[in-house]
Amino acid sequence: MELDRIRNFAIIAHIDHGKSTFADRILELTGAVSEREMREQLLDTMDLERERGITIKAQAVRVRWRDHFLNLIDTPGHVDFSYEVSRSLQACEGALLLVDASQGIEAQTLANAYLALDNDLEIVPVANKIDLPQADPDAAAAELAQLVGEPPERVLRISAKTGTGVDEVLDAIVERIPPPSGDPDAPARALVFDSSYDQYRGVVAFVRVVDGRFETREPLRAMVQGTSFEAEELGVMSPVREPVSALGAGEVGYVVTGLKDVSRLRVGDTLTSRRRPAVEPLPGYKDVKPMVFAGIFPTDSDEYPELRDALERLKLNDGSLSYEPETSQALGFGFRCGFLGLLHMEIVRERLEREFDLDLLITAPTVAYRATKRSGDVIEVHNPAEMPVEVDLVEEPYVKASVIVPKDYVGPVMELANERRGSFDHLEYLSEERVLLSYALPLGEIVYDFYDQLKSRTRGYASFDYDLAGFQPGDLTRVDILVGGEQVDALSLIVHRNAAYDRGRQLVERLRKEIPRQMFDVPVQAAIGSRVIARETIKARRKDVLAKCYGGDISRKRKLLEKQKKGKKRMKQVGGVEVPQEAFLAVLNLESVRKR
Amino acid sequence: MSHVRHLYVHLPFCAHRCGYCDFVTVVGRHAQHGAYVDALLAELALEGDVLADPLETVFLGGGTPTFTHPEELARLLEALPDAEELTVEANPETVTPELARLLRDGRVSRVSLGAQSFRPHLLEVLERRAQPDDVRRAVYLLRDAGLDNISLDLLYGIPGQSAADLASDLADALTLEPEHLSCYELEAKAGTRFTHAHGDELERQAEAMEGYFEAVVDTLAGAGYRWYETANFCVEPDRAGGRDLRARHNLAYWRGRDYLGVGIGAVSTVSGLRSRNLPGIGAYLSTLSAGEPPRREVEFLDAQTQACERLMLGLRLDEPLCVADVAKSLDPGALARLAAGGLVELSSNGSGDHLRLTRRGRFLGGAVTAELVELASVPA
Repeated sequence: MELDRIRNFAIIAHIDHGKSTFADRILELTGAVSEREMREQLLDTMDLERERGITIKAQAVRVRWRDHFLNLIDTPGHVDFSYEVSRSLQACEGALLLVDASQGIEAQTLANAYLALDNDLEIVPVANKIDLPQADPDAAAAELAQLVGEPPERVLRISAKTGTGVDEVLDAIVERIPPPSGDPDAPARALVFDSSYDQYRGVVAFVRVVDGRFETREPLRAMVQGTSFEAEELGVMSPVREPVSALGAGEVGYVVTGLKDVSRLRVGDTLTSRRRPAVEPLPGYKDVKPMVFAGIFPTDSDEYPELRDALERLKLNDGSLSYEPETSQALGFGFRCGFLGLLHMEIVRERLEREFDLDLLITAPTVAYRATKRSGDVIEVHNPAEMPVEVDLVEEPYVKASVIVPKDYVGPVMELANERRGSFDHLEYLSEERVLLSYALPLGEIVYDFYDQLKSRTRGYASFDYDLAGFQPGDLTRVDILVGGEQVDALSLIVHRNAAYDRGRQLVERLRKEIPRQMFDVPVQAAIGSRVIARETIKARRKDVLAKCYGGDISRKRKLLEKQKKGKKRMKQVGGVEVPQEAFLAVLNLESVRKR
Repeated sequence: MSHVRHLYVHLPFCAHRCGYCDFVTVVGRHAQHGAYVDALLAELALEGDVLADPLETVFLGGGTPTFTHPEELARLLEALPDAEELTVEANPETVTPELARLLRDGRVSRVSLGAQSFRPHLLEVLERRAQPDDVRRAVYLLRDAGLDNISLDLLYGIPGQSAADLASDLADALTLEPEHLSCYELEAKAGTRFTHAHGDELERQAEAMEGYFEAVVDTLAGAGYRWYETANFCVEPDRAGGRDLRARHNLAYWRGRDYLGVGIGAVSTVSGLRSRNLPGIGAYLSTLSAGEPPRREVEFLDAQTQACERLMLGLRLDEPLCVADVAKSLDPGALARLAAGGLVELSSNGSGDHLRLTRRGRFLGGAVTAELVELASVPA
């Protein structure tokens, strides 16, 4: 296929700014799907995505528009997946920057737009939802124009919902975005920008061919990971899989690999032919490491095998999810799971609960800490209970956080950032009304309630995004919670020393309220090492008897006893204290970030 | 075969059903009293061959046995086999000089009087018909008739009952010098009319009432009573001329003895088989008048279940319980833990290891039992 008839583009948009609706209109207008086949938001295949209205897994679709082949590469819309976004953008020559004309640019849009600019992509600015009464297309166009450095007239104004202006966007894609460049005669190289797992055919890689040509049945190799396999099938999505005999330079399509494990073919890797291999892989591959960790336990310990199977199956489709078995004396058998970020964690949790019908207990999220022990050994700590007490140095991951707010809320945002140990970087007016604030913040502060606080203090107006920015030493300490003198491993946390007392006290008070009174006084304590920093006492019950029991009601009283006994079996034993599952749930809910 | 030494006879008739009551009762129905006594005697004739001769105890419970028509009650008492202890439950307002004589002539040796409270406002909450003076009068009438073993039932934890109310109730009861006292915390059962009316009030009082049980035990022990079962107290032998005033019939339940029960809703436990007569009076009367045994629900008690019940019941008593008797249903780890925590006391004598609850253990008897018991059927 001639390169100049191909256009590869992505759509950058904030959640709810209409990307999926826009993609649907493109499919309709180009005849890729008939109206009858049209499901709303066709590109988002998983239920969860449909429901949350966001895109999690990127996909690519080929459509025809006036003698050109347009490859729309859909990108995940969230910071947790920014690496996947960057790979998707690398597969393109241009991007549509889609902004809701009633909302303006959001922090996340900005981050992805910068990413596109960094990748030298041609950006086509589009103001969407101009049909809404509260839309301000002029203001949105002004913001967009300033961001991409073009005159406001170049900003297209459309309504994806009604279809107004969508054909002009398609024309602009052909006119403004350059065709792919690449050497059709060089050894074949293709960028893997996404992959998914097919139950019957194994891992399916989505690729952009950069140089050369790939043919069906060709032996292939992933250059960075070294994984070898055969191209069982090549094809394009239009939008359903359509096999082709070959994929040439500039084209976007899929490769059926037959691999049984997505972790063997990572996003960002380069495919080449083993017959005539390329020398250098394409640049930019990164091994993405999980940064947020939490313990996941079945509420009913009998469901442990089901949880294990469910994680195995999720992992097939989600190479960035990691997990290993964890045993908590309070919560039983479960897994310590690593996530790219909080949204990723929420998604995994929801999929486990929804698709696998599991009842879960999830510990407060924590981040990856680096501890230097007295011996000089450096260890990475993913579970607060594993943080050594004697350490020389603890380092924590930092992020560069961007917050966009109306100018009236700058004060509250600064206040929050300061409370969370943020250090101010810069402030920039995006328009007369809207301000971009940039901070360096510990990731550990963000996983604890930051997003909720930000939203509530700015009445929902703030948009927020972050990029990982390395490790920095912190004055951090491990706080343990003891019930009946025994440490509850699942409740240990790592906090900044200044916050230790408050957080410890909160937890201890909550536990006192949640744990039923026992036969003995039960102390509930928060401690740093052997030093107790907060203490409450659950007073012993003074009486617990069956008022009467005579010949006529022995069976009934015995059945009551059996019921009581069964109830006890469901309790978790900590330090000789029976703690109902609900108590842990209540405390963990206090600790974990509430749903967005 | 003839080994059962304890007989329970159920007389369901009541003048009125009290809001908190959950026994099998029948209001009024004077016309049925005669037929019911006939049926009781017919059932006794059918089942009586398991009974030892003489019996150790007979207990007439209700209902309100003393509400039964006097002629019929007398006929029943006369027909009952001899026993060393014959107890009848009575409501104070039913006690007249005639009734007292009837009981005495019927060989009744012990009367359990449902006093419940001496505070008029609390009796009203309980829907009791007797007034405080009825209780006092009943005790004097029974004494005058020569009955020398009288037990009073008291309730505590009544909606609106203050600590001072409780202290007064106990003092008023003690003034009557009963040989025996049963003190029950009011159980407001979910779904009953009573709970519907008073549940919120009880909820509010729950914390204040937590100490009432201790107050009852301390007051009665201070007055020379033996706290021999969770809810039961009797005058110590040294103050009763050497008499053991524990309720022997009930003691048989708590010690796991076999017993035969006759009448509607009555339960028998004989040789590991527990049966319960169905509660409907119509069917009971017609079946027995046709010479058939009453319809029953039957439950087989295996060795583990029997051990569990022995433990549950035995721990209510102040006397040591033989570990070997309950070993099948005892968690040794829990036993050691609770002993270390001062809730259970272990002792050894010639007949093996024994356990009993300490004073604090007895106040928490329900929870301690749940901890100690081991159930085979419970999945881990």
